[in-house]
Amino acid sequence: MSNPAEHDPVTGTDTTGHDWDGIRELNTPLPRWWLWTFYLTIFWGIGYTFAYPAWPLLQGATPGLLGYSTRGEVAAEIAAVDARNAELAGRLASADLATLARDDPAYHFGVAGGAAVFRANCSQCHGAGAAGAPGYPNLLDDAWLWGGTPEAIEYTVRHGIRNETDEDARWSEMPAFKDILEKTDITAVVEYVLSISQQDNDAALAAIGQDIFADNCSSCHGAAGRGDQQQGAPDLTDAIWLYGGDRDALTHTVRYARFGVMPPWGGRLSEDEIKAVTLYVHQLGGGE
Amino acid sequence: MAVNDDRLFRRAQVMEGAGGTGLYAAREPIFPRRVSGTFRRLKWWLMGGTLAIYYLTPWIRWDRGANLPDQAVLVDMAHRRFYFFRIEIWPHEFYFVAGLLIMAGLGLFLFTSAFGRVWCGYACPQTVWTDLFLLVERRIEGDRNAQIRLWNAPWNFRKCCLRFSKWVVWLVISLVTGGAWVFYFADAPTLMRDLVLFQAAPVAYTTIAILMLTTFILGGFLREQVCIYMCPWPRIQAAMMDEDTLTVAYRDWRGEPRGKGRRRTPEAQAAAAAARAGGPQMGGRSPFVAMPGRTKERPAPAVAAPEPGDCVDCNACVNVCPMGIDIRDGQQMACITCALCIDACDDVMERLGKPRGLIDYIALSDEARERAGKKAESPWRHIFRPRTIIYASLWSFLGLALVYGLLIRPVIDITVAPVRNPQFVTLSDGSLRNSYDLRLRNKHGEARRFTIHVSGPAAFVTRLEGRDGNEMPVPPDATALQRVHVIAPRNSTASVTARTDIRFRVEDVISGEQVYKDSHFNGRGVR
Repeated sequence: MSNPAEHDPVTGTDTTGHDWDGIRELNTPLPRWWLWTFYLTIFWGIGYTFAYPAWPLLQGATPGLLGYSTRGEVAAEIAAVDARNAELAGRLASADLATLARDDPAYHFGVAGGAAVFRANCSQCHGAGAAGAPGYPNLLDDAWLWGGTPEAIEYTVRHGIRNETDEDARWSEMPAFKDILEKTDITAVVEYVLSISQQDNDAALAAIGQDIFADNCSSCHGAAGRGDQQQGAPDLTDAIWLYGGDRDALTHTVRYARFGVMPPWGGRLSEDEIKAVTLYVHQLGGGE
Repeated sequence: MAVNDDRLFRRAQVMEGAGGTGLYAAREPIFPRRVSGTFRRLKWWLMGGTLAIYYLTPWIRWDRGANLPDQAVLVDMAHRRFYFFRIEIWPHEFYFVAGLLIMAGLGLFLFTSAFGRVWCGYACPQTVWTDLFLLVERRIEGDRNAQIRLWNAPWNFRKCCLRFSKWVVWLVISLVTGGAWVFYFADAPTLMRDLVLFQAAPVAYTTIAILMLTTFILGGFLREQVCIYMCPWPRIQAAMMDEDTLTVAYRDWRGEPRGKGRRRTPEAQAAAAAARAGGPQMGGRSPFVAMPGRTKERPAPAVAAPEPGDCVDCNACVNVCPMGIDIRDGQQMACITCALCIDACDDVMERLGKPRGLIDYIALSDEARERAGKKAESPWRHIFRPRTIIYASLWSFLGLALVYGLLIRPVIDITVAPVRNPQFVTLSDGSLRNSYDLRLRNKHGEARRFTIHVSGPAAFVTRLEGRDGNEMPVPPDATALQRVHVIAPRNSTASVTARTDIRFRVEDVISGEQVYKDSHFNGRGVR
């Protein structure tokens, strides 16, 4: 196997003297520092396994002398961010939203943080873009059932609507008129609502419906049908309908009523999160 | 173990180490002799120029107003800006930097195909700093012979003093080198003060320490090992050079048979000729790399030549070589074409009264011509050939394109992103609202105010979220985000059709500069 080294005249290099079935290997020596660097990396690699979690045991791995873990690193980073934001969050939690200046850092902190709170907690019903869905109000428009001032929005977020869990929840209940009014009366009042919202309607029936409306509906929706935010009664003259504004949807609403529920977020979100999501919703385009 | 200046003796040592079981070789010390001449002068100037650029650039001031940094060249990582004199690059304009890198690549192709490894020989930081360290070494320990004597001397007081002072000077240079690097990333005078007061960021000290260490080790001790074993460029250059590339080479047809004049015996002459016929006998530190086409074109050596060649085998070319190689072995990977052997050989040739250029910048295609007794082609013919012209054209085209791109950069930079969730919002009065996220970049050093106007076929109403009126301020050197609401009246064409073209006009309130941006208004469409 190993023969004396030979000189190869073509390359001017010696061979290693190794011979494999007549194939000989030229010896182009590596620099010695390269070898030492190689040993150093091995040494470093072994040291690394003791410094960091590496060696598998029956339960988990050795923790490593430095006590490092990726979970710990993430927790530390989150704690660092929280600590950095603590001052702003505290200021936001105690801020009066109606007077909070728009160029206040706490305002930007609230809008940005509120967007995250909204996506995690509100978007399931109100949609990721806050455009709502039938039965779930669109938060982008300028119609508000219970008020669109920061104060009103904050109250709604904190206590919710028509829920059993919060005593201070906003509450109102529309009766189902199928047991109160005759079918023909319901038809007439629907025609009247169509007329005040400037949709195609039967004028003769609408004229009859006007009186029925005055007797049965105006106590909540107002004499002109403009609604009442104190009772969460929608404005029936505008172009925005929570459950649909055509003849069939209106008939259904009058006959069976509607009962939209929103849970209270008071105990589930922190004080600064409630303020933040309020600011976010308020600046979506319809805030009052 | 004694080291003398006999190259053959050094080679014999390598043979000893390589023979048998020696799979690893210790670095042979190299003691390049001082040399003077055209190329050495050129290298001194280039060294001074490149080092001055490197050390001094961060200290050049450039007034950009109150809100922007006053440093001419600054890579501002924290604010994601790159400043280069009048030019300010934002992250979204990084293609300028990519273009510069491509230009650097093409420039390397151009210079390598025309002049071989000029980058390695003249401009590479490894070469420049090694040159600087060699200068220090010579000033402290003396020239080649004194250095060899010191190397062989036992460790006495004098040797310790000399070594220590040399290393201290090297370390100071390394410290300044690492220090200069960090100044490119922060305001230099401020950082300098912080560094001295130990108030600078830890990353600054770490960077300086790492660069100081690498400069000290690579420039002081590893030197040619970096070029031979670490750097990929020597390997790539073999593919970049061709037989028209001007490179440092030895005219062996003129120099051989080498020897010390008339004292050569016929036997020695024959032995030398036989040795040449079989190629270089001893590889030395670097394997002999044949250039493409060289072996087949190479005519048989003039064994019968009765006259000795011009080479007097004085070893001047070997002694001055910072890579420790013999250029007479032909093209080799370890040669960085620093051209110092040209200076050394020219000096000897002049003293012997022989023509200069025994070692010279020549193209391999000239070898056959010169052997045949014809004149070599003019260097210009070698430099200007289709390949280099193509490289140069690509290079200049890219350069002009980048300059053009810089010149047509808009003053006001806006992007308009329509909000698509939802596409539109119905308002109480039945009108339809679309929203747009407008991002306005203010590239100036002072705050500016802009007005937003929207035009289209319908009587659109424009409202800026959270603002009265249609004016928005943008802080200096920043991007401002503004949600813009565009409202089409009830039953207008825009609100009932699916899509209407609209145009945003942004106007600088003070200067009156305007930019337009086209977008769409989404309506109900046909139901």
